[in-house]
Amino acid sequence: MAITDIKAYAHLTAADIETLGQELDSIRRSVELSRGERDAKYIRRAIAAQRGLEVAGRAALFGSRNRWAWLAGTALLSVAKIIENMELGHNVSHGQWDWMNDPEIHSTSWEWDMTGPSSQWRRAHNYSHHTYTNVLGKDEDLGFGILRMTRDEPWRPIHLVQPLANLLLAATFEWGIALHDWSIEKELSGTPPRQLMSQPNREFGRKISRQVAKDYLLYPALTGPAFKQTLKANAMANLVRNLWAYAVIFCGHFPDGAEKFTVEQLENETPGEWYLRQMLGSANFQAGPAMAFMSGNLCYQIEHHLFPDLPSNRYPEIAVRVRELADKYDLPYTTGSLGKQYLLAFRTIHKLAIPDRFLKATADNAPETSSERKFAGITLPSLGGVTLPGAESTHWLRVDPETGKRRGLRSALHEAKVVLQEKARQEKEMLREAKAALKEKAEHERQLLHGAKLALQGRARQEQAALREKALWDKPFRFLRRAR
Amino acid sequence: MGSKNGGFSVRGVRAWLEAPAASVAERGGKLNVLRGAVARVTTPLLPDDYLHLANPLWSARELRGRIVEVRKETADSATLVIQPGWGFDFTYQPGQYIGIGLLVDGRWHWRSYSLTCPPDWSVPGHGGKRLISIAVKAMPEGFLSSHLVSGVPVGTIVRLAAPQGGFVLTYPPPEKVLFLTAGSGITPVLSMLRAMDRREVFTDVAHLHSARTADDVMFGAELRALHDRHPGFRTRLHLTAEHGKFALADLDTEFPDWRERHTWACGPAGMLDEIEKHWRDAGRSDRLHVERFEIERSAVGEGGTVTFGKTGRTAEVDGATSLLEAGESVGVQMPFGCRMGICQTCVLTVSSGHVRDLRNGDERREGDKVQTCISVAAGDCTLDV
Repeated sequence: MAITDIKAYAHLTAADIETLGQELDSIRRSVELSRGERDAKYIRRAIAAQRGLEVAGRAALFGSRNRWAWLAGTALLSVAKIIENMELGHNVSHGQWDWMNDPEIHSTSWEWDMTGPSSQWRRAHNYSHHTYTNVLGKDEDLGFGILRMTRDEPWRPIHLVQPLANLLLAATFEWGIALHDWSIEKELSGTPPRQLMSQPNREFGRKISRQVAKDYLLYPALTGPAFKQTLKANAMANLVRNLWAYAVIFCGHFPDGAEKFTVEQLENETPGEWYLRQMLGSANFQAGPAMAFMSGNLCYQIEHHLFPDLPSNRYPEIAVRVRELADKYDLPYTTGSLGKQYLLAFRTIHKLAIPDRFLKATADNAPETSSERKFAGITLPSLGGVTLPGAESTHWLRVDPETGKRRGLRSALHEAKVVLQEKARQEKEMLREAKAALKEKAEHERQLLHGAKLALQGRARQEQAALREKALWDKPFRFLRRAR
Repeated sequence: MGSKNGGFSVRGVRAWLEAPAASVAERGGKLNVLRGAVARVTTPLLPDDYLHLANPLWSARELRGRIVEVRKETADSATLVIQPGWGFDFTYQPGQYIGIGLLVDGRWHWRSYSLTCPPDWSVPGHGGKRLISIAVKAMPEGFLSSHLVSGVPVGTIVRLAAPQGGFVLTYPPPEKVLFLTAGSGITPVLSMLRAMDRREVFTDVAHLHSARTADDVMFGAELRALHDRHPGFRTRLHLTAEHGKFALADLDTEFPDWRERHTWACGPAGMLDEIEKHWRDAGRSDRLHVERFEIERSAVGEGGTVTFGKTGRTAEVDGATSLLEAGESVGVQMPFGCRMGICQTCVLTVSSGHVRDLRNGDERREGDKVQTCISVAAGDCTLDV
């Protein structure tokens, strides 16, 4: 089971969670108050740079019959599409720049260079995903409807093709997103599926036909004799963008440590618990300024989920303060290199493709997702011998009397790991001893068997000798009898 | 792209080509065909998205302008001369106002000001380009007006909204005209006077302007010059610091024929209320035109009447009820999503009044787009839904 009770899982009291929420609110306020010219300049420059790269790429593709021009054009266009998608489209549509009151850089008017219409994406992403982050059955981004990303979802034979589905999704990510958002839009707006000319359908059809015509017809046609090469370049740029966007997105909620939640947790969820769910359900990856920019600052996925509408250029400084809070409340802050985070997600995709009976851990204790029941039945050292779970027991964890430091989920997870490792080590030791004893016993039995065999052999030999002797004695009389 | 009868038509092709740019520029003529055609290639971007990077005035997504001159009028007022960009409609009428947006600390602020120039106005020194002008008086608590009067540099790009408003002088002007103005209420009337001057159609025009002191009179020299050129124009100053508020009862002695005149009045709300009553009592309401310009002020109190513009419904709310809840309570189809201020699904435009962002107490006003799920009314306001 995924997490049903975030208080028990986080080892915090309701009051702790409320204070945590207030501290996060004050981070939000201080960023809001300090938004100004510097931030506005940042996004305007990012937009100008992206437009410049795109124009340069398109221009280079006029010479795309030359291999180098093709490569340069494709590279420029790929980078332009990535920036447009991640840093501009994603973040502007989140309303991160709405405070500027600029109609040209506003969530209600921005349209991005992807097959799905921005408006449908906003509904599916900003609302469904960001409100119900990592809640099973509510957050449709959990596996995007085609991948099984948690053991809470029952295994079905179709999941065997998961490795293939994953590759396909990565290569055609913009189409996956477009179809995904389209279906969510229809579901949320209650549009009858058979109504062909419904508003979502028309909007979807118009956008995809424009996108396809632009990338695979109009721009190639503009370059005349280089039609085929430009078409290939456009397809390649879309592919590169798809793979990159896919990788960044998958590092956000699928590496180990990014927890999943059940709808039970949603009931009467307080604002503080909402914040906490975003913190525990998201994962960062480490990135320098250039990679952060190319990922639309989604390397700060935790910060993005806490404050989806604060300007992306402020996430690095917010991250410092969020990490301080994670330390203060002894909460985990899931991060790692891009490669490591992706490999963890990749491992989960492949592991969960096979039926549960081949998997070792349980749904409560799997590396890709855990629950408050993970701590059941184990005695954590910091508890002084009290066994979790239990509402009262969380008090034991709050402040370490010696260091004055709060002890919470992070320590508990760490200790549980140590305890579980120790338990596993002990079991292994016991197993080894049992094996040795068995071996000893087997050796002993073999020796016994050997002795018995020798004895039997001796006896057989004796009997044979006796028989032979007897035969010798019998022979003359047999002769005599025949003679008579 | 075909016409309705199935065949192709020039008009059909043209409509198809113009379609992507249709929402961009209302006017543009042949340019719209080109814009539309280019937009078919640059989708989802528009040509403007690239053009305005080269020159901000080339955006037709929204009207833009550049401040080409800032001229001090009095100690606390200034005239801004603006050169509008593509698509500006110069066929406005004297007395109308424009919306102007100014970027301060990274954020666009939006206000309305009366035009002070006659239609199709140009002055030497600006390459024969047509210009517009507004006059701004700094209000004690007016954040933007103070900035405009004392801090805006020449060359600044501003956003513009097309001229509008029904406070206009008819043409040809009536035989007998009376202008009653006070403070910066003179600005729309100045536009009318300048237009009459340019068109040489000064009739019998009487003007009474109230100001606190002689130093506070905007355009005093120009009014005198107009009087010198056109004997039919009389202007009288009433200084309130010396003589107190102008008493409407004195109209009979100052302008005995005021009942026969077509009157245009602009000034503070209190003055206009009195004038309306006075004219009503005299049975002359049909000859009175008033302009209630909004004094730049901050939000008043908490809660108020929320009007939902398109549906015409209203709701009385306190300062804790979100605009979203207010709309839903009276059956307005409000867009909504997370209900906690993160998803931007519920964003609507405030068409008048003030609202407050509950999360940080920030004030939002006319022209701003707000998240209705976390905003409350701060006084009466109207939402565009």
